[in-house]
Amino acid sequence: METRENRLEIIDFSLYYHRTKALEEISMDIPEKKVTAIIGPSGCGKSTLLRSINRMNELIEGVTTEGEILLDGENIYHKNIDVVELRRKVGMVFQRPNPFPKSIYENVAFGLRMGEKAYSKGRLEEVVERSLKEAAIWDEVKDRLQRSAMELSGGQQQRVCIARALAVEPEVILMDEPASALDPIATAKIEELIFKLKEKYTIVIVTHNMQQAARVSDQTAFLMLGKLIEYGDTATIFTSPQNKTTEEYITGRFG
Amino acid sequence: MNYKTKIRKIGDKLKIGLTGSAVLLILAILAVILGTVMIGGFKSLSWEFLTQPPREGMTKGGIFPAIFGMVFSLILMLIAVVPVGVATAVYLHEYARSDFFLTKLIRGAVNNLAGVPSIVFGLFGLGFFIQFIGGGLDRSLGQSGLFGQPCILWASLTLALMNLPIIIVATEEALRAVPQAERAGALALGATKWQTIRHVVLPQAIPGILTGVVLVVSRGAGEVAPIMFTGAAYYLPYLPKLPTDQFMTLGYHIFVMTTQSPDIDATVPIAMGATLVLLALTFSLNIIAIIIRSRTRRQLSKGR
Repeated sequence: METRENRLEIIDFSLYYHRTKALEEISMDIPEKKVTAIIGPSGCGKSTLLRSINRMNELIEGVTTEGEILLDGENIYHKNIDVVELRRKVGMVFQRPNPFPKSIYENVAFGLRMGEKAYSKGRLEEVVERSLKEAAIWDEVKDRLQRSAMELSGGQQQRVCIARALAVEPEVILMDEPASALDPIATAKIEELIFKLKEKYTIVIVTHNMQQAARVSDQTAFLMLGKLIEYGDTATIFTSPQNKTTEEYITGRFG
Repeated sequence: MNYKTKIRKIGDKLKIGLTGSAVLLILAILAVILGTVMIGGFKSLSWEFLTQPPREGMTKGGIFPAIFGMVFSLILMLIAVVPVGVATAVYLHEYARSDFFLTKLIRGAVNNLAGVPSIVFGLFGLGFFIQFIGGGLDRSLGQSGLFGQPCILWASLTLALMNLPIIIVATEEALRAVPQAERAGALALGATKWQTIRHVVLPQAIPGILTGVVLVVSRGAGEVAPIMFTGAAYYLPYLPKLPTDQFMTLGYHIFVMTTQSPDIDATVPIAMGATLVLLALTFSLNIIAIIIRSRTRRQLSKGR
């Protein structure tokens, strides 16, 4: 058997809200330890596609799916897959920072505390420190781990949320416009962080900011009206797109 | 100024006057009630009044058994109503599909329950708790008159039933105030639905639930109709020890002292004093509820 280097494979995946088809037969391979960006105009289904990878769409009433999404060769929509287990493997960072109204420490430790394994205090402290360092926020918060995460600035909160996702050691990290609510400096920090994180994690990021997609990603997928229009190397997509619609979108003629 | 503007101005003043006097009327009524109770009740207030049982055919002495019985019944009521009410609200808000027929049915039932007059709850308690459940227990245990008679347990459960909608509504409101993004955040970290509720949602809902609890306690303290058939006693020479004992309670004591008294001149001051104590209690409970609510609002707005 060939060795599998594509961690995530989306195969003929469709999603319906009641009877409306929001995603149409999408197929794409997402390479391991790379950043894959999903771009497209508002309402094209990019967030929906992202949320299909950790099955967060199931929280919405009336959502049904067809097709498969394989993680390490296993269909995550198979009935034997435990969605709680899946979400520990596929972490998520949301559009708006959403820390819990708890201390910074408790925010990062949350995922571990909810797991089945019991952690000693020392081990927990280790993981919290490691995660905050990985999320490049340790130096800013190390003296106030017991203070509420709500007191931090938006950019800091977002990095705490990233640390919180890293703490459970996921394989894939989904980012839903992680910098859209942040100022340019905070955005730059998040982008730098994404660049560092891809050494260890497979990252899928949704963004409506094309410069951002060009800066941070290795692969880019262009979605429109629930269809995958074009998918390939970021360099190719941005310099010589094959599809006319893609070209019009990235040159800013619509969207 | 022409004629029309003048008419309009007079009409305007008239409306301010009308709405204003409606407010004044309410304030005046409140002032009269409070004034009467204060003046009439203050004289009878003393340490002995609060700590002694009634004496000499209830024409002298204090109201301690009534305070004791009230606290006893309210605690039992809370033990029954809080878990059931909070669980119902969590089910309705967190688990049930909002477009589901059963959810709508339960919501409707809760709202209807809130509109039922308290005397109906009293009669329901008598028929359901005492005769059906209590009587049934007695028959199956081969006893008579242990459970199938009015007592604190049945009175408290009747009060609990009456207050169930308040707890459910308060809890649901508190759950609604917890941002959806935090639930999503917890679930995305691999928390189960129950873990999310238990560790993220409920901790933030507790102040709202507490507000409901305080309101329910003050309402439970004031209601007489639900307990008069189900457990409250005219007079008891001893304090209740078990939930199956009957009890004296403030609201019912006031009713008894003003309407069933053999010597009205002697008992009216006692009734006034008891009313003052009851009013002070419910007022302070309501103020506590307001403080908790405003403090939570401030914390929530600070957090975002």
